[in-house]
Amino acid sequence: MSRTTHLSAAATAVVGALVLSACAGGGSSDTSATSVPAGNVAKVTGTISLYGYSVAKAAYAQVIPGFTSGGAGQGVQFQQSYGASGDQSRKVAAGAPADVVSFSVEPDVTRLVKAGLVAADWDAGPDKGVPFGSVVTMVVRKGNPKGIHDWDDLLGPGISVVTPNPFSSGSAKWNLLAPYAVKSDGGTNPSAGLAYLTSLITQHVHVQPGSGREATETFLQGTGDVLLSYEDEAIAAVRAGDPVSYVTPPQTFKIENPVAVVTRAKNPTAATAFVGYLFTPAAQRLFAEAGFRPVDPTVAAAYAKDFPAPQKLWTISDLGGWASVDADLFTKGTGKVAVIYDKATK
Amino acid sequence: MTATLSAGLAGGTQRSTPDPQAAGEAPERPRAPAGRPSRGRPYATGLVTLWLSLVVLLPLAALTVTSTEHGWGGFWDALSAPSALAALRVTVLVAAVVAVLNAVMGTLLAWVLVRDDFPGKAVVNALIDLPFALPTIVASIVLLSLYGPDSPIHVQLNATRYGLVVALAFVTLPFVVRSVQPVLIEADKEVEEAAASLGAGGLTIFRRVILPTLGPAIISGTGLAFARAIGEFGSVVLIGGNIPRHTQVASQYIQQQIEIDQPVNAAAVSVALLAMAFLTLFVLRLVSARSLRREAAS
Repeated sequence: MSRTTHLSAAATAVVGALVLSACAGGGSSDTSATSVPAGNVAKVTGTISLYGYSVAKAAYAQVIPGFTSGGAGQGVQFQQSYGASGDQSRKVAAGAPADVVSFSVEPDVTRLVKAGLVAADWDAGPDKGVPFGSVVTMVVRKGNPKGIHDWDDLLGPGISVVTPNPFSSGSAKWNLLAPYAVKSDGGTNPSAGLAYLTSLITQHVHVQPGSGREATETFLQGTGDVLLSYEDEAIAAVRAGDPVSYVTPPQTFKIENPVAVVTRAKNPTAATAFVGYLFTPAAQRLFAEAGFRPVDPTVAAAYAKDFPAPQKLWTISDLGGWASVDADLFTKGTGKVAVIYDKATK
Repeated sequence: MTATLSAGLAGGTQRSTPDPQAAGEAPERPRAPAGRPSRGRPYATGLVTLWLSLVVLLPLAALTVTSTEHGWGGFWDALSAPSALAALRVTVLVAAVVAVLNAVMGTLLAWVLVRDDFPGKAVVNALIDLPFALPTIVASIVLLSLYGPDSPIHVQLNATRYGLVVALAFVTLPFVVRSVQPVLIEADKEVEEAAASLGAGGLTIFRRVILPTLGPAIISGTGLAFARAIGEFGSVVLIGGNIPRHTQVASQYIQQQIEIDQPVNAAAVSVALLAMAFLTLFVLRLVSARSLRREAAS
């Protein structure tokens, strides 16, 4: 009798726990804690809370162990949160306790500078606060059945393109800037660039995933013919054995992913040490191993065969820099691309 | 919470079974409440009011305030945006299909579980409650591996409305079964036998004898399944595909609007969902009260 009571009590507890965990689910960003046992002599200790854009998770899975296993970061623990870049940035601006932010696009850091959460000179270093990057690439189904090679191929009849929502995702902004730069010849002929984006967005983009990672998931689950994404994300998918391949068009866009220390960091010493570490050759090699393009010229040269140089690589400074591009194209309600996207998805 | 709610409503309809004939033979059921509500418990009333305010009323009020942050015009604009309307339309359509499916299949399941004997019945009976306990995202993963791009049975339902229907049917499975089952257990088989002996065919017995008995329970179970389905998120997240105007349901639209920093749009659609859920529950109360009254009259 009492055994039955125990059993039913246990069953109730299990069911209760399951129900609770079901209720707790459904967040858009995932958080994980990496704990590293304290070493003998730790130079910096404590916990670093890292808020990153969704796709960067793959890079930090390699770089954080590199930091904590080496001398500098021994004993440091990491609290990591990943999600759509814009969404993550707004969370930090709204008070999320971040020590280090790693976003896809500079405007997401600029938002924090305006909020007084990141020092105005965060990009004063030689690498302008950008420890790694990538290029915009096209992921296609294995064997490239639709024959996608260049930007014009995306406008072919019936081609469905997966790219995330530019109002939440940094990846989406890079993806749209690439053909814009190519078609407008680096911004000299904006109307040609916008005409291309109008037909791409209104006729070929049917889904609006929140982040670059979500876009990859959507594509891998069978939606669309082409996924616009980071080269590193494409490399990761191919390495994971997913039935896809990728094509980097002859002309594409350089992705630069900024990292900054948050001013009210609870652990500024550790946070600064970590961001400094990201620029060291050791960390640069780990980024390269994870499929991200390193910024250190020596390391980049060593991995040149993994990261072929396109015919022409447009950059954000070709278009006049993020401040003017973001205001001109992506401002909600008035930006030229924002209006096209709004109209197509309203 | 939903489980207790369903049990409560099912209990309500259970009492409403119009079987005065059977009342004599069946064990006495409590007809009148055990005691009159007393007025002398101010602390209890205060505590309940406080609790309800904290967990239900205040959040709902805050939501409504957020949804009208840009005035009622802004609320209306957010709600009448074509993509918002499309998401609500898809949600209601799919939830309605699932509710009807549940009404039929849930009743059948309850019937088989009560009237038929077969090996493993206890296991099947226990399985019915699994969707209540299982995290809905687990359902989504299971369904995706079964009906996704690598489907072992070569059925691909991901990113289609059929996928949504399957996911929601899974999550809402227990509602109708669990409201119909107790009524069916209490229903007197002799009434059916009497009808048969008087020459009624199977269809007539079902229409004139069984359905009136089970009706209120089926309606309440179906209504709860519908209310659950319109708010469902976890189970459709992976299988649904989240394609705007096609398979994006209201809860996914709400999440998207939050992610792109449009909290007013998100709150407006949330209020619409809330109103629908409330209306459904309100209608269920009315139906159940009506059948109680009918029982009292008979």
